[in-house]
Amino acid sequence: MQRLIKNGELVNDPWTLLREATGPEILKIVPGKNFIVPLRFWKLYRSDMDDYAGAFGIWLDSQETVGDIGEEMHKFPVIALNFPVFSDGRAYTNARELREFYKYEGEVRAIGDVLRDQLFYMMRCGFDAFEIRHDQEPEACLKAFADFQTGYQASIDQPQPLFRRR
Amino acid sequence: MYHYDKYDHQMLADRVAQFRDQTDRYLDGKLSDAEFLPLRLQNGLYVQRMAPMLRIAVPYGLLSSTQLRKLAYIAREYDKGYGHFTTRQNIQFNWPALEDVPDLLADLAEVEMHAIQTSGNCIRNTTTDQFAGVAADELEDSRPWCEIIRQWSTFHPEFAYLPRKFKIAVCGTKVDQAATQVHDIGIYLIEGPERQVGFRILAGGGLGRTPMIGQTVFEFVEKPDLLTALEAILRVYNREGRRDNKYKARIKILVKELGIEAFRKKACAEWERIKGGPQTLTDQEIERCKSYFVDPPYDDLPDAPDTLTSALKENLLFASWYSQNVRPHRKTGYGIVTLCFKETGVAPGDITDRQLDYLAELADHYSFGEVRITHEQNIVLADVRQDQLFELWRKLSAASLATANLNLMTDIICCPGGDFCALANAKSIPIAESIQREFPSQEELTDIGELDINISGCMNACGHHHVGNIGILGVDKKGEEFYQLSLGGSSKHDASLGKIIGPAFAQEEIPSVIRRIVDVYREHRQEGEAFLATYRRIGMDPFKEKVYAKAD
Ligand code: SF4
Repeated sequence: MQRLIKNGELVNDPWTLLREATGPEILKIVPGKNFIVPLRFWKLYRSDMDDYAGAFGIWLDSQETVGDIGEEMHKFPVIALNFPVFSDGRAYTNARELREFYKYEGEVRAIGDVLRDQLFYMMRCGFDAFEIRHDQEPEACLKAFADFQTGYQASIDQPQPLFRRR
Repeated sequence: MYHYDKYDHQMLADRVAQFRDQTDRYLDGKLSDAEFLPLRLQNGLYVQRMAPMLRIAVPYGLLSSTQLRKLAYIAREYDKGYGHFTTRQNIQFNWPALEDVPDLLADLAEVEMHAIQTSGNCIRNTTTDQFAGVAADELEDSRPWCEIIRQWSTFHPEFAYLPRKFKIAVCGTKVDQAATQVHDIGIYLIEGPERQVGFRILAGGGLGRTPMIGQTVFEFVEKPDLLTALEAILRVYNREGRRDNKYKARIKILVKELGIEAFRKKACAEWERIKGGPQTLTDQEIERCKSYFVDPPYDDLPDAPDTLTSALKENLLFASWYSQNVRPHRKTGYGIVTLCFKETGVAPGDITDRQLDYLAELADHYSFGEVRITHEQNIVLADVRQDQLFELWRKLSAASLATANLNLMTDIICCPGGDFCALANAKSIPIAESIQREFPSQEELTDIGELDINISGCMNACGHHHVGNIGILGVDKKGEEFYQLSLGGSSKHDASLGKIIGPAFAQEEIPSVIRRIVDVYREHRQEGEAFLATYRRIGMDPFKEKVYAKAD
């Protein structure tokens, strides 16, 4: 079943998420894939990655910060931010920082404990792709993006705060 | 007061619909307890030992008579006929059934009220001085700023899952009535270098297990930059606040661990990035919010009219109530009246549906249809004509709402404690009662003068015991309820945390211990010196000696 929501629809996922700490040998075993690798993997095995035929994205855990990737982020078409548990709110700040400060234009994907009731705020903070947890009903999740018609604050989906639009 | 426009109404309606759907899914078993928990908390709903408890926001303590009547209706329809005002300018109902809460919220929405973010690890209801807008010593009305902060913090998508709860207070007066320095963020309206009004912003204050006084992060923030400055602080906290230990998760621990210098540096760096950005306030928005807090249609009246002065001469009870409970108003001919709801035998903050209705009537008749609730759990009629004070007092007396104990020692701040709260170590309401019984004489109370007593049933400090001149904390000693006393706390501009006097006492000892403490004060005080000043001058020892002296 499709578990990835992108731009408000369910889509097939062109990426393979490398969750576990693996070594660079994985790149030899499965050639030509598109991997989203952990930040640490990129830091350690950059040269192996340079030689690889497929594309790469990076994922950050919640205690890691966007600054850990730095300006090189722009060469990655996707950056995924992990929610180890849905109540850990650090990834919201990471997403916002990617969009607002680094002006990152690639895909910002929510991974991990991604549930229906947080999708709306995630979207407002700049996430545009959501890998929902296995037990979430995809149809119900699609409705989440209409939970509110507007918000008070400046946000990524609405850069002008309400007081500039009233 | 602020009135909703179509956007505010729409957002509130969306919220009610959202929570209805969430509650349905929870009752259907599609949402686990753990997943429903933060959703219901962010709508003010607790599940407690006795029953669910719903906490409703009263933004900066302001209520219209229409809203009071709605609260009375809710007390009747959904509760057992009463509500409870908290120390954070909220009102709680103790008995609504979970499945009724969405309807209750829809009822509230009709009068522009809600329970949004009154609980949970998010930015809570912003509080302020109950005398904002009418106080004689005010630099600027803090309420428009509270409203601006309320809108910014409501449904803030980035800060809904903070490490821990987050409380903001704003103060615009010389006498700090808002306990500003013991909030996660405290904001003082101050005059800047060119006499322009702006803000000093403190962070890292708080009570609970590790009480701390806030420290200055930004010395002076210009008005348009308020929200970006707040956002910068919150962002540092969201990213770096501890999430591994609930007891170390408040911003005060982060500020302490980093040190204020390092914290400030991070906050400044964050601020640099967003300062001047779209969240910068426009003059138009500031004016728009201010326009909701203009003066009511006051009459031109003289101070001290004959009706007042003669009544003061003729009626001693009225005179004593007047001197304790009526404060000077910015506008001549008017007074600020505080009603004490703290009668012996009634839990501080408790109010019945009938009292709520009656208050609405009083507000309509005497105070332009508005009341304010205070963090001391009292109620204020802010705009009463001086020539109507006597008449008002007579009505209050008849309704037994004219207790003249404002700021006196029987005006106790007290959390719900062991009678209602699952976390309590000990009961707190009966302690308040026993103290009130020990000091029944109005004359004696007036002689003792200003003395804040604060009682909490456990370390969570909902009764703010650390900042009471006398603080009382319920502790558990081998399964028995004991009480630890501290002296010298204050929540005002000169904020300080109380010091523990010594070993804890049993419940029945408390009245006589308080009596001894008061005796020491009366023995040592100098002319015109309040309890706190005497304590600060003579220190703990004389109190300690007397309290622990062997009975002869
Ligand atoms: S201080 Fe403790 S006992 Fe009192 S209300 Fe708070 S949590 Fe409950």
